[in-house]
Amino acid sequence: MLQYTIRRLLSIIPVMLVVSIIVFMIVHLTPGNPAYLILGEDSSAEAVQQLEEQLGLDQPIVVQFFDWVTNVFKGDLGESVYSSEPVLSIILDRIGPTFSVMLISMIFTLVIAIPIAIFVVWKRQTVLDPLFISASLLGASIPEFWFAMLLVLGLGVSIPIFPVAGYIPIAEGFLLWLHHLILPAFVLATVEIGLISRMLRDGMLEAVNQDYTKTARAKGIKESVVLMKHVFANALIPTTTVIGVTIAGLLGGTVIIETIFTIPGIGQLLIDSIHRRDYPVIQGVVLFIAVIYVVINLLVDLLYGLLDPRIRYD
Amino acid sequence: MLKKKRNLVALSILLLLTIATITADVWLPVSPGFIDAAQRLLPPSGTFWFGTDHFGRDVFALTVVAARVSLTVGFTVAVLATILGTITGLIAGYYKKADFIIMRVIDGMLAFPSLLLALALVAALGGSVTNIIIALTFSFWPVMTRIVRSAVLQINSVQYIEAAKTSGVSDPVVISKYVLPNVLSPIIVQGTFIFAKAILAEAALSFLGVGVDPSTPTWGNMLQESQIYISIAPWISIFPGLAIVVTVLALNMLGDGLRDSFDPHARKNKKRKQHFVKTKIAS
Repeated sequence: MLQYTIRRLLSIIPVMLVVSIIVFMIVHLTPGNPAYLILGEDSSAEAVQQLEEQLGLDQPIVVQFFDWVTNVFKGDLGESVYSSEPVLSIILDRIGPTFSVMLISMIFTLVIAIPIAIFVVWKRQTVLDPLFISASLLGASIPEFWFAMLLVLGLGVSIPIFPVAGYIPIAEGFLLWLHHLILPAFVLATVEIGLISRMLRDGMLEAVNQDYTKTARAKGIKESVVLMKHVFANALIPTTTVIGVTIAGLLGGTVIIETIFTIPGIGQLLIDSIHRRDYPVIQGVVLFIAVIYVVINLLVDLLYGLLDPRIRYD
Repeated sequence: MLKKKRNLVALSILLLLTIATITADVWLPVSPGFIDAAQRLLPPSGTFWFGTDHFGRDVFALTVVAARVSLTVGFTVAVLATILGTITGLIAGYYKKADFIIMRVIDGMLAFPSLLLALALVAALGGSVTNIIIALTFSFWPVMTRIVRSAVLQINSVQYIEAAKTSGVSDPVVISKYVLPNVLSPIIVQGTFIFAKAILAEAALSFLGVGVDPSTPTWGNMLQESQIYISIAPWISIFPGLAIVVTVLALNMLGDGLRDSFDPHARKNKKRKQHFVKTKIAS
């Protein structure tokens, strides 16, 4: 296990190198002078020069890259061009809402997807299975933002049960917090529910005809017990990897959801910063999300290695 | 048989839509840009099947014409991502030395949720159709590389490939004549899924206001504009959204159907799950 852990830890070094090159390049891919773009076309030459110096744009690109990486390691992601605040503190101010939406979505996803998958496998010989496949394909085909608009129309405006905009910090009351998160978290969860229940079903169907399952049935154990104890339990281990994948999906989807439900999280920050051409913040958010994703995948893989010893010797 | 029928239905929907949008100028009774202030925000009727928008434009005509950008972006991204992914995947799967470098780069690119990577690139490049195609291609091809590579690794040690290698056939010939044809089915399936995802991603980018220029009708742009009117004229929001769902669903059905027909023992075969896992990672 130690060897596996070390190997897995080392593997994130090249990944992070590629990630940092991509994030660094965001500014340098802009056509023309980034300082001009940020300041606007009628800015004075001195202002442009000053910003270039502030952003280090007057240095050779390799020097800029190493400076940037060194600063990132020190926790310095630069300053916002828009508000002059440090990028890291802007991001940290905004993660509360984002993590809240993701947490509730994750709960929705697991609580709904797991029973659906079990039920479909239990009734696998019936018309339910093709129906389920069609439904999960449909789920993957609906744009999240459009679904959100319809839900807002249906549940928020016509039957106002849930608030359709805004965010209340948990400190101001747990129920208020939860109440504002229900709709956005549900929208965010729908796509994931389709994908995850489908993966679980596929995993369970593979286990249904394994020898150990047949033995269990031959011993006269009830089908429901076989499904839960033998099929589901064995399908669960590969599903841990799914959690990492879900979080990636939620991280991507949260950008859209926060914009629609006006939740002041890092997704909304990213979109606002794109409109303001605030490149240091754009870079900061993108890097931040990628790092979270890499770390979560690392943890999931380590957990997987712990649960299933076979994986360590791959 | 049912599966075949489903593929046929999906394919017909896509063909019909493509032909309809290309020939729209010929058969549409009203020009999609025609503004008639007297006909603002009318609900669907015999004249205006999908109603009219806040400028009095025919939502049906707009939805049909908007398919051009969406389908062009989706198709081009699917083709480019497939070509790039196939080439890198074949190299990575075939040459051990290149494998390490290529896969580390791919792993790094996959560390971004695909929409996020596209957003970042569009933020840098600007929101023209070409730039969106570049951004989405860049976000989607790493998954193709992974799938092609693992398919190549699976057949690399198969006897006929070994035989071709030892009998002195050159690498490019082995790859193009023996390896590529045998990994074609996962490539086609994944290409179809990328087509679907690219349409969704393009719509999302336009909706977020960082996509195609707002004056160009795209499904995402229409939905973005319709937001303010959703409670008084929901049809402006409903129909373009339905157009996206129908198109993407047809593509997903086609991809799923193709996967099953390429792989008749799919249920018992591990491959199916792997494809699904990988498709999933892409999202």
